[in-house]
Amino acid sequence: MKQNLLEICYIIGSVTFIVGLKMMGNAKTARKGNLIGAVGMTIAILGTIFLHNGAVNPIIYGCIFGAIAIGTVGGWLSAKKVQMTKMPELVSMFNGMGGLCAALISLIELNHLYHQHVEMAQPVSAPIGTMIAIVLGLIIGSVSFSGSIIAYLKLNGTMGKPVRLPSYNIINTIVMVGVLAFGGYIAFTGGSMMLAYLLFACALVYGILFTLPIGGADMPVVISLLNSFTGLAAAFGGFLYDNKVMLTGGILVGSAGTLLTLVMCKAMNRPLGSVIFGAFGGGAAAAGGPDMAGKTIKDVQVSDLAVMMNYSKKVVIVPGYGLAVAQAQHIIHELELLLEERGVEVKYAIHPVAGRMPGHMNVLLAESNVDYGKMVEMEEINSEFEQTDVVLIVGANDVVNPAAKTDPSSPIYGMPILEVDKAKNIIVNKRSMNAGYAGIDNLLFYDPKCSMFFGDAKKALTELVAELKTM
Amino acid sequence: MEIIRQTLAFFGENREIFYFVILSIFVGIEVIGGVPTVLHTPLMSGANAIHGVVIVGAIHVMLNIDTSNILALVLGFLAVLLGTLNVVGGFVVTDRMLEMFKKK
Repeated sequence: MKQNLLEICYIIGSVTFIVGLKMMGNAKTARKGNLIGAVGMTIAILGTIFLHNGAVNPIIYGCIFGAIAIGTVGGWLSAKKVQMTKMPELVSMFNGMGGLCAALISLIELNHLYHQHVEMAQPVSAPIGTMIAIVLGLIIGSVSFSGSIIAYLKLNGTMGKPVRLPSYNIINTIVMVGVLAFGGYIAFTGGSMMLAYLLFACALVYGILFTLPIGGADMPVVISLLNSFTGLAAAFGGFLYDNKVMLTGGILVGSAGTLLTLVMCKAMNRPLGSVIFGAFGGGAAAAGGPDMAGKTIKDVQVSDLAVMMNYSKKVVIVPGYGLAVAQAQHIIHELELLLEERGVEVKYAIHPVAGRMPGHMNVLLAESNVDYGKMVEMEEINSEFEQTDVVLIVGANDVVNPAAKTDPSSPIYGMPILEVDKAKNIIVNKRSMNAGYAGIDNLLFYDPKCSMFFGDAKKALTELVAELKTM
Repeated sequence: MEIIRQTLAFFGENREIFYFVILSIFVGIEVIGGVPTVLHTPLMSGANAIHGVVIVGAIHVMLNIDTSNILALVLGFLAVLLGTLNVVGGFVVTDRMLEMFKKK
């Protein structure tokens, strides 16, 4: 009776995950979809606790409720308090928690197996399929955990430049093969608790090595990939307990996450392999790059810029991560409203990989109440640049670099870009002449139509708005 | 030879699960297909919350632990805690992101 009810709970859970994810693919139903998923999750969790067959020590119930209570308060508070610019870090952190959870489950299962083995002098007698599921859950969960923590630190700015040791790829590959072989050894021979801990440690180290050389620009891809890893780890747990809701949830996220990762790679025109194995801006970038000798850039004063924008018909704003860092999303909305008031048409051009997560810019702009309809995707806006009087680029660089179209030696060659050079005037707001994440010079800045508007995005835009108000 | 026999037996015994896995993979791809770029971040975050279903496994493990095994109890407690963080934090932060889109 209880068992059948529990299965029904799991079916409900599985269906809500699928329906919820599907609804999240549409702006109108997205929020409801997320809620539906949360309801299904609650049903699955409550069912697991209350529809359990057999006697359970009250201490265990105490532990479960205690852990859930602490986790709920902690998760709720951190999710409510986080600033929207910090959100990719938080998602990465939550992902790591899930990964570690999966790894711990495997450790407990192994502990249980060896406990029986020692106490009751029984041989380690789990079917090989079970052993493989436990070991893979442990490896993938651990890699996802330590990888997510490194991604968190990188996004947070605690860890700066990608770390490259000589022959990094070879070391990495050896460690990966080593971890897998070690895991295989444990799965097929039974192993011992000591070996299990060692495997746990090795997998954690591999997770760090895996994420360490990847540059900041590729972080969204990595988070998405680690997200699907955790999904896989959850699915192995589902296989282990023949638990269908874990299987559906895990595999859904595993395949959806992988697809999302590939979509992002496609937007950057970089195969997944080169994201993982080749850090951006390595040797190739240093060697290549167009010759800048004899070319000059010009900069523009805030008053001239204000006049130019005031008398434009159409302005397109290209936001990048620099905008998020400077927390300039509110002031840019103010600028937009001011210009609209004066009859200027304003739109935002959103490159698929602008920011640090796909869609990050949209979330940020939506936070400062920018109309959803004003954010235009790349394919659509590219045909509008010709009729645009002023393009204002704030904190974006690589996504507008013409080298992606013209220079086959450039590391970003082939990446679709926003074709801002078709516009009549190009204004670039940057803090300095430093190169973007890809570490390559941008030919656009030397375009005769282009003027630099140096300064911190928030400060510079505030000045611009103030100047516009006086006109 | 024994390994091959075991492997084949493993596939035979678990064939339903293999069908289940394959179909789920296609459902996952189908569900995500055609999502506009603007929704990628909330979607990733929502998927992140859903893989928190691993907490069900953690609870299952806890319910079957022998209370004399302190190490397992501690690890289980941690696992449930981490799983809850993943689930609750994941859904709440996704809701916050999507709330902004709805304001208009």
